[in-house]
Amino acid sequence: MSDATKLPLCLPEHLRRPQRRAKRHGIVALAILGAVLAGAVLLPDGALSVNAATRAQPPQPAHLMGTDLLGRDIAARTLAALAQSVQVGLLAAGASTIMAVVLGLAATFGRMADHVVGLLTELALGLPHFVLLIMIAFAMGGGTAGVVVAVALTHWPRLARVLRHEAQTIAASDYVAISRALGRSRLWVARHHLAQPLVPQIVAGFIVIFPHAILHEAGLSFIGLGIEPHLPSIGVMLSESLREIMAGHWWVAAAPGLGLMLVALTFERFGEALRQLSNPAGEEA
Amino acid sequence: MKAWLPALLAGRLIRLAWLLPLAAVGLFTLISLAPIDPVQAYVGGRTSQIGPEQRDAIAAAWGLDRPAVERFANWLGQLARGDLGQSITFNAPVMQVIAARLPASLALIGLAFVLSFVLGTALGLVAGATRGRWPDRVIRTIAVVMAASPGFWVAILLVAFFAVGLGWLPACCATPPGQLAAEVTLADRWRHMVLPVATLSVVGIAPLVLHTRQSLVAFLDSPAARHLSAHGATPLHLAFGPGLRHAAGVALTLHLAGAGELFGGSVLAEAVFAWPGLGQATVRAATGADAPLLMGIGLATLLFVFAGNLLADVAARLADPRLRGPA
Repeated sequence: MSDATKLPLCLPEHLRRPQRRAKRHGIVALAILGAVLAGAVLLPDGALSVNAATRAQPPQPAHLMGTDLLGRDIAARTLAALAQSVQVGLLAAGASTIMAVVLGLAATFGRMADHVVGLLTELALGLPHFVLLIMIAFAMGGGTAGVVVAVALTHWPRLARVLRHEAQTIAASDYVAISRALGRSRLWVARHHLAQPLVPQIVAGFIVIFPHAILHEAGLSFIGLGIEPHLPSIGVMLSESLREIMAGHWWVAAAPGLGLMLVALTFERFGEALRQLSNPAGEEA
Repeated sequence: MKAWLPALLAGRLIRLAWLLPLAAVGLFTLISLAPIDPVQAYVGGRTSQIGPEQRDAIAAAWGLDRPAVERFANWLGQLARGDLGQSITFNAPVMQVIAARLPASLALIGLAFVLSFVLGTALGLVAGATRGRWPDRVIRTIAVVMAASPGFWVAILLVAFFAVGLGWLPACCATPPGQLAAEVTLADRWRHMVLPVATLSVVGIAPLVLHTRQSLVAFLDSPAARHLSAHGATPLHLAFGPGLRHAAGVALTLHLAGAGELFGGSVLAEAVFAWPGLGQATVRAATGADAPLLMGIGLATLLFVFAGNLLADVAARLADPRLRGPA
């Protein structure tokens, strides 16, 4: 019988303890998010200011991540930029999630609506993701608002598809038919049978969209179509660093990218863990 | 059963026939929404030398004084004659700009496509064969970290390390600056491609690794694989023998369907390396409010994604005859 205790090891790793895994990733991700937001608020006055006395210094105890050509502390600037990115990302991912919910559920209202949503999905996926982002950011005239709209308008298809599929499966199920036959209203059915199983999917979808949102936001800012250059943002910092690395100032690029990667990575892991939790069959790897 | 290819092609062409006009209307609407004044973008720093009459003349020459519907009709008429209009930033026909810059981008994308396919599949197979042990963990960690890294940041780090720090490879451009095209050797061209291709490969590799690993794991759990391993085949033998056959078709399908994303990645990679390709032209068109060029690039990339998806469908059916029935 000792073999029986070893049986779970045959399961794919991610199915072993999905709940604990999701919790662990969630705590790490939220801790980093909290640290970034709190850190940006708690930055001492003048931490972001230009200082001619400390120009282009490599990492050292006084400036952990070094300083740039204008003498600004990279670590402090990265923190402020990350807070900016995270806020823009949360806003854009939230808007995109709402779009996915509206379009995904709209597809269940009838054939016509389903076709229209299918068409929109085709169109949104017809261009390379980043090219579409550039087009929408351009249409909005760039800037933070442009980034939010561009990211919101381009990240919904995947979640919308999942929700559409899920909603149609539920709508066609026996228990919904029985509920209706027992005289429950459409609204009651929507509230009790549809909303409850969909909420975890929506939350997981939002968490999965978020890292993509901040990475794309940084890309747009990097090419000059995103967050305004006078605000600290990761994309702008990296595009400024392009001029400095030729002089060997690698540290100017290291910290901003690393910070962005950490935030994206932790949320990616958290989102994947949640997605596996809300979709135990692992329909899509 | 043999006639699956014409049926597939016909179906996809019908889809293209309605997708293309819809996308054209959508793109035109988007681009005419832009609050950026193309005349101002064109005039730029020469504001003091150009009076209002000249501005009006420029706007009239570009047809900007007419309503959007009329401009769209004109643009469609031109398109029917194979003319995409005149690029503002490059001062040349859009067709010509795209034709001149596409090969440079395709060279990057093609090489990165092959490199990431080979590396991604091989790493995925190794990870699957050593499931749960350290090579698997290392490979999966690298894949997940790569997926979360902004590609242009990886490019900057590569430049800082290999070009500035070690001085092994050039940091910019497709050819040494200041040389005539005739003087550039083939070796020079290859040297200039290394870093951009490496950057771009990072974009496509992560999903491929994870997916290949997944399908190999599924294969290794199958009765066929158990039978072979009962005869003494090691997991690595299985992975690069029957496992490769099992996983390669799916991997190629996935990789082709994701080829459009490589173009997105090349926009950023070209921005870092000042690579004279279509990605750089996209950025310049967007920052220079060059509507005709943006339209042209939008349609060209649409066709690119379409071709990738079509090839993915063909690859899927070549790899798995069961899919060849009516789609």
